[in-house]
Amino acid sequence: MRRFGAVTRAVAWRSIHNTVVSPAILVPSIVFPLFFLIAFAGGLSRISDLPNFHYRPGYTAFQFVFVFLQSAAFGGVFTGFAVARDFDSGFARRLLLSAPRRSGIIAGYAVGALGRWLITGTVVTVAALIAGMNVDGDGVQLVGLLGLGIAMNLAAALWACGVAMFLRTEQAGALIQMPVFVLLFLAPVYVPLSLLTGWIHDIANINPVTAVLEAGRGLLAGTPVKVAVAFVGLAIAASLLTVFARRGLASAERAG
Amino acid sequence: MRRLSRRRRRAVEDGGGVAAEVSFGPAAAAAPHAAASVTQQTIALAKRAIKRTVRQRALMIFPMIFPLILFAINGSALSAATRIPRFPTHNYRDFLIAMPFVQGAMFVSISAGVDLARDIETGFLNRLALTPLRPEALLIGQLGGALVLGVLQAIVYLLVGLATGVTFASGVGGALVLLVLSIAIAFAFASLGGLLALRFGTGEAVQGIFPLLFVTLFLSSSSLPRNLIKATWFREVATYNPVSYLLEGLRSLVITGWNAQALELGFGFTLALLVIALALSRAAMNTRLARK
Repeated sequence: MRRFGAVTRAVAWRSIHNTVVSPAILVPSIVFPLFFLIAFAGGLSRISDLPNFHYRPGYTAFQFVFVFLQSAAFGGVFTGFAVARDFDSGFARRLLLSAPRRSGIIAGYAVGALGRWLITGTVVTVAALIAGMNVDGDGVQLVGLLGLGIAMNLAAALWACGVAMFLRTEQAGALIQMPVFVLLFLAPVYVPLSLLTGWIHDIANINPVTAVLEAGRGLLAGTPVKVAVAFVGLAIAASLLTVFARRGLASAERAG
Repeated sequence: MRRLSRRRRRAVEDGGGVAAEVSFGPAAAAAPHAAASVTQQTIALAKRAIKRTVRQRALMIFPMIFPLILFAINGSALSAATRIPRFPTHNYRDFLIAMPFVQGAMFVSISAGVDLARDIETGFLNRLALTPLRPEALLIGQLGGALVLGVLQAIVYLLVGLATGVTFASGVGGALVLLVLSIAIAFAFASLGGLLALRFGTGEAVQGIFPLLFVTLFLSSSSLPRNLIKATWFREVATYNPVSYLLEGLRSLVITGWNAQALELGFGFTLALLVIALALSRAAMNTRLARK
């Protein structure tokens, strides 16, 4: 267990250090969610005037929850890019040789993803508060929202690590990113589920991200809904993706 | 003769043949001392750029598909927006169809910039500097691949739009004008990509600029008409953002029919971007091709 912890700490420290000291890595992961927040909350705020659009804290808060959870997911995705880059550069192979407990590598990258997202999440939250976002939830509910973000980040990081370790090339970037992107945007991003129509409503209805998004919006508004469903869904996803990432690591080990 | 053509074919792939063609023209074997005209130089470089673009099919697909994915998702997810009073159409896809064209053009700019940057990084441009190549021939020729990509994208987006129920208020003629404008927009953005490559000299730097291009798209009238944007500051930014006028020029053909003002602004801003980018690129190219 001590060796697992040592590997986790070392990989996480390197991942966070690389993020913090390299503007080329840090800036896009901060700037993209900010752009989405500005574009959606600013450009689409008229949507809140639609009949049957009822979200008490307002459209900025409605969009903030999406951007907050999206930045969590993309914190994991960007870590997958780093894993792929480590394989391309040969660093990951040296890491596999030197790590006494290799499962600590996955845990280290996951902790690194969390560290990276905590920076982005803080910036996005401060930006939303500056933009006048209303927060109606109490302290416990806001911790719940943070918990949803952490769980989302973990699930995305495990997915990204798994794909990057299976494919071991930076060209895996699109495959890491696209499913997460599509899954997020097939949820009720711009309007509540009840205002969606047609095929997007049917898909959003069965999309697990919808429950997470609705739970997050409920927590921020101080009227929790589907919180248990969201946490259970994320826990199941994280468990399955842990197995997936572990198999990816085994594949990398076999490849040598 | 067959050996010569095989050697030339291989040389074209690595750029060496292009150096020969731009120096002496395609009939180099027949008249080895005849210098190639600017047109011949442009055609030789354009052929190489087009071949390179066509060979990178995998790199063509993502930039083409991504705007379509957003079109499919946002076209449905934001359809409720048509219920906003004074929204100009009842079908949100009619409103949104302009976005893939401009977004695709932005991807073309990156593709063109990265290709040119690769030629700078690999030293191909330096080798060309040893030939009597005209900078404008290099510039226009290099953008040939991007132009092909722009044409392909425009046709695909138009067909997808029509297949998903987009109707043109301006009729068949309007669809053709939309194609022309969107190809011009793609070429203008490709010139911008070329300028970035010539200025920075690395593909990484060109790709690093891409988020900024994306920002201009999101801070425009891409999702709602300007008069319906509620946040005053956002409406102001969208009004001063030229991308809004590119979108509105394309969109007018679908929603309002023949709107002279929207088309003039659309073509005007496209032409302005093209002229400015090409003029600055020409100056940057002179520096890159400095023959010492």
